[in-house]
Amino acid sequence: MINYSERIPNNVNLSENKTLQRALEHWQPAFLQWWDDMGPDGSTNYDVYLRTAISVDPKGWAHFDHVKMPDYRWGIFLAPQEADKKITFGDHKGEDVWQEVPGEYRSTLRRIIVTQGDTEPASVEQQRHLGLTAPSLYDLRNLFQVNVEEGRHLWAMVYLLHAHFGRDGREEGEALLERRSGDEDNPRILTAFNEKTPDWLSFFMFTFITDRDGKYQLASLAESAFDPLARTCKFMLTEEAHHLFVGESGVARVIQRTCEVMQQLKTDDKEKLRAAGVIDLPTLQKYLNFHFSVTSDLYGNEVSSNAATYYTTGLKGRFEETKIDDDHKLQNNEYQVMDVAGDKIGTRQVAALSALNERLRDDWIADVQAGVDRWNRIPAKFGIDFKFTLPHKGFHRAIGMFADVHVSPDGRLLSEAEWTHQHLNWLPSDEDRLYVHSLMGRCLEPGKFANWIAPPGRGINNQPVNFEYVRFN
Amino acid sequence: MEAVAIKQDAQIEPVDYRTEPSRYKHWKLGFDGEVATLTLDIDEDGGIRPGYKLKLNSYDLGVDIELHDALQRIRFEHPEVRTVVFTSGKAKIFCSGANIYMLGVSTHAWKVNFCKFTNETRNGIEDASQYSGLKFIAACNGTTAGGGYELALACDEIVLVDDRNSAVSLPEVPLLGVLPGTGGLTRVTDKRKVRRDHADIFCTISEGVRGSRAKDWKLVDDVVKQQQFGEHVAARAKELARQSNRPLGAKGVPLPRLERMEDDKGYHYEFVDVAIDAAGRSATLTVRAPAAVGARSAAEIEAQGAAWWPLKMARELDDAILNLRTNHLDVGLWQLRTAGDAKVVLEIDGIIAANQDNWFVRETLGMLRRTLARIDVSSRSLYALIEPGSCFAGTLLEIALAADRSYMLDTPDAENRIGLSALNFGALPMVNGLSRIAARFYEDEAQVGAVKAKEGSLLTPAEAFELGLVTSIPDDLDWADEIRIAIEERVALSPDALTGLEANLRFGITETMNTRIFGRLSAWQNWIFIRPNAVGANGALKLFGSGKKAQFDWDRV
Repeated sequence: MINYSERIPNNVNLSENKTLQRALEHWQPAFLQWWDDMGPDGSTNYDVYLRTAISVDPKGWAHFDHVKMPDYRWGIFLAPQEADKKITFGDHKGEDVWQEVPGEYRSTLRRIIVTQGDTEPASVEQQRHLGLTAPSLYDLRNLFQVNVEEGRHLWAMVYLLHAHFGRDGREEGEALLERRSGDEDNPRILTAFNEKTPDWLSFFMFTFITDRDGKYQLASLAESAFDPLARTCKFMLTEEAHHLFVGESGVARVIQRTCEVMQQLKTDDKEKLRAAGVIDLPTLQKYLNFHFSVTSDLYGNEVSSNAATYYTTGLKGRFEETKIDDDHKLQNNEYQVMDVAGDKIGTRQVAALSALNERLRDDWIADVQAGVDRWNRIPAKFGIDFKFTLPHKGFHRAIGMFADVHVSPDGRLLSEAEWTHQHLNWLPSDEDRLYVHSLMGRCLEPGKFANWIAPPGRGINNQPVNFEYVRFN
Repeated sequence: MEAVAIKQDAQIEPVDYRTEPSRYKHWKLGFDGEVATLTLDIDEDGGIRPGYKLKLNSYDLGVDIELHDALQRIRFEHPEVRTVVFTSGKAKIFCSGANIYMLGVSTHAWKVNFCKFTNETRNGIEDASQYSGLKFIAACNGTTAGGGYELALACDEIVLVDDRNSAVSLPEVPLLGVLPGTGGLTRVTDKRKVRRDHADIFCTISEGVRGSRAKDWKLVDDVVKQQQFGEHVAARAKELARQSNRPLGAKGVPLPRLERMEDDKGYHYEFVDVAIDAAGRSATLTVRAPAAVGARSAAEIEAQGAAWWPLKMARELDDAILNLRTNHLDVGLWQLRTAGDAKVVLEIDGIIAANQDNWFVRETLGMLRRTLARIDVSSRSLYALIEPGSCFAGTLLEIALAADRSYMLDTPDAENRIGLSALNFGALPMVNGLSRIAARFYEDEAQVGAVKAKEGSLLTPAEAFELGLVTSIPDDLDWADEIRIAIEERVALSPDALTGLEANLRFGITETMNTRIFGRLSAWQNWIFIRPNAVGANGALKLFGSGKKAQFDWDRV
C-alpha cells in the first residue's frame, strides 16, 4: 500500500478518493518501472538539486532540495477552483463549467488529454541520453528538472484520465507508459515527438520552441469548460515557464560563446570557428529553421473542423480567451490564412472558427519571435552584423497546405530541383550534425562549462553557478 | 400546419391504450360458441385525433387499439373460442385501410408509431394462430383495400365475396406514392406465395384484383357468391375450429382495467414503474418480482387470474412500453431495471414451464412473449442496469438480453446475480423466431451450450461476463461514472442513426417474414414517408383526395 498524501503530494484529496487510489496502485509502480527503463540514462543514484511542487501556493510549488530522481515526489496539483466559474466561449458560454466529463464529449476530451499527455513521457524518452554529454553540472540539473517535470505533467494528465474516464481512462493511462518515442511499432502519437534529440543544441532548441507549443496548447486547454482540465493545465503552465527558460537561455549562451570567440579571432569564417570548437551562427540558424518548422506542424491543418468543434463545444479555447474582445462564439468572424494558389502564396479569409489552429500557431510564432529578438541583442552587443530570423510559415512543412510544396525560408515557392539543390543551406546537414555532435563531451566539474557554451549569468534558486547541482555518489 | 397541431395534441392529450368492449367505437365483438366474430363498423367521427373523418371503414390508431384489446379478450376471457371471423358491418366495403387524410396530417413519428403498433397487432394474430390454437378467417364481404387487405393477410384464410365489384387491392403505390409496407407487400410473397410478377401487377393497379383471378393468383383462398358467402364462412370457421387445440370447458379469465398512477415523475403500476427524466431524455423502467411465489398449481393459477404476477406484470409492462413509445418521443434511452428476489422469479418460471399445457398459462406465456418482442422492436436505446437487489432471472433476464447493452455491478459488498431458467431457451422467442440467447450468440452451439449448462443457477458478475451474457461489469468505484457517461454519450447521438443501428444489431443474420416486415417498414417505408414525392407540398400522400395530381421528382434514387 502507498501512503498517498506522503508519497504523492496533491491537492485532490487523494487519501479520501478510493477510485484514484485504486487506479494509482497499478499505475504508480508501472510509472516507476517506465522511469527506470526510459528515464535519464544511468541517473538512478544521483542526488539532483530539484524543485518539487508540494502545494499550489507560491511558497509551495517551488521547494528545492537534493533528491534522487526515482524518489522525486511526483504530485497531483490543480490550480485552485474558482467559485461560480462560467464557461467563457462556444455554445455553452455563460453556463457553469463542468466538474464532470459530459458523456457527449467523453471521447473527444479523452483524445485531447491523451494527446497532450503523450508528449510528456515522449520528451523524456527523446532526451534520455543527453545526461552522458552534459556541458556542465548546471545544465545537467536543468535537464533533469525538465525531465521530472515532464514526468509530473504526465501524472497530471493521467490523474484526469483516472479520475474522470473510468476503465477507459485507466487503459489509456497504461498505454501512455507503453508507447515509445521513435518506436516503429508503438510510436508516440505526434511526429515531432518521435524525432531524436541527439545533442544539447537540439535540446535547447526543443525546449525553446517545442515546449513553447506545449505552453500554447496548455494555455488554450486552461480555458476549457471541463474545469479539472482547465485547472490542471493552469498549474502545469507555471512549470512550463522554466522549460522555456532553459531553452531560451541555453541557446543564448551558445550564441554568447560563439560571439566571444568571433570577437577574439576576429572572424566569421565557419571553418575557423569550428576549429576553435564553437558553433557558427549560420549553423544555429539552421537548427532554428528545423525546430521551428517541425514544431509548426504540431498545430495541425490551417483550416480544421476538429479545432472548430473543440471550440464550439467548449473543450479548447483560444490563447488568453477571456482577454480577447469579441463575442467568444465566432459564428460570423473571419480569419486570414495563407493559401497556395498555383505558383503564388497568397492569403484568404476563412471562417474564424475553422482557423483556430492557425490562430494559435500565429500566437506562438509571435512569442517565438520575441525570444529570437532577445537573442539578436547578443551579436548586436558584440558589434557583429548577424540577425536570426524565423523562416516563412510554409518552409519545410509536412502538415497543412504547404505539405505538398517547397518554400524557401524567405517565402518563395521552389521547384523540386531548387529545393533539392538548396535545402541543406537552410537545414542542418549530416556534416553540421556530426560537427555539433563532436562537441558533446561530459563536463561535470562544478563551475566548469564546455567550450561551446557560456556560463549562465546566475545559478538556480540563488545558488552560485559553481554549486554542486548534481552529486554522483 | 395541421401536422404541428397533431404533435401538440399528442403532448396535451396522451394516447391511452387501455380500453374494453363497452367503450369500443369501431368494433363489435360477438360470440357464438367456438366462433367469435369481429365486425368492423367504423364510426366516421370517432377518430383518435381531430382533423379527418374515418370514411369507408378506414382506420386510425384508435381502431387498432380496440382491435388489440379485442384480441386480448378473446385470448383470456373466451378460451372456448377457436375461430375468429373478421368481417365488416358496412355494405360493399370490408375495410379501405389506414385513413389517408389522417396520414396526410400526421407527423412522421406518429405515422411510424402507428404503423408499428398496427403491425405488432397483426403479428399477434399470427402468433395466436401459431401458439394458441386460435384460427382467423377474413370474411371480406366488400372492397378490401390497402391496410384492410393487410389485415386479411394476417389471417389464416381469406374469403372474398364475388359480387362482380369487390376486389382485394394494395393501391398504396399508384394512389399514394408509398408502399403497402405494414406487412402487405411482405405477406403477399412470404406468406401467400404470390408469384413476384403477379405481385408486381397487383401492387401497381389501384383497382386491385377480384373474382377467380384473385384466387388463381393466391391473393385469396376462396371467392364466394354473395348468397353462399355467410354459409361458406361459417363452414370454414367450423372446419378451422376442428384444427384448434383450445381447451374444452375452460372458464375465462376476466381482464380488469389496468390500474396505473400517473404523476409528473412518470407511470406507476403494481409491478412496473416508469420514471421519466425529461431533461436527460431518458426513462427508468423498473419491473418488480412479487414478494412470494404465490400460485403453484394450474388451478391456483387460474384462481388468481389476471392478478397472477406473470400476466399482471406483462400487461403493465406492455402498457408502459406503449406509453413511452407513443407519448414520450424524445425520451430516447430506457434504463431497464428489475427489483426483487431472483429465486422467486426462477421458481415461477419453473411453475410456468411445468404447466405449459394449461390454456391460461399458455396464453400468459404468449403475453410475455409478445411484450418482450415489443421491447426488441422499440426504437429506443436500451441499457440494462443490473445491481444488487435486482432479479434479472429467467423471464426477467430476457429484458436484459433485449437491451443493447447490459451493465452489471461487480461489488464485494452485496450479492448481485443473474439467473437462467428453462424459459430462456426458446419459450420466449424474438420475432426472428430465435431465443434471445441463441440470437445473441448467432446460434453458436458451443456458446449457447455453455449458457444452457447453467440453467437453473445464479451467476456472479464474473461468470455472467465470461459467458457473454452481460456487456460490462464495472466495480463500485467505476459504476456511477461509467453509467452516467454511457447514458450521456448515448443520448447525444443522432436518434435516427441510433434507430437504424440498434435495429440492425438486434436482428442479426436470421431473417423471418416478421423481421422482414419490421425491417422494410423501418427502412423503405419510412424513407418513402419523408420523401417529397409522398409528403412534399405536391406529394401523392398530401394531395390525395384533393383532385390535384401529384408532382414527382422523376430522378431515381
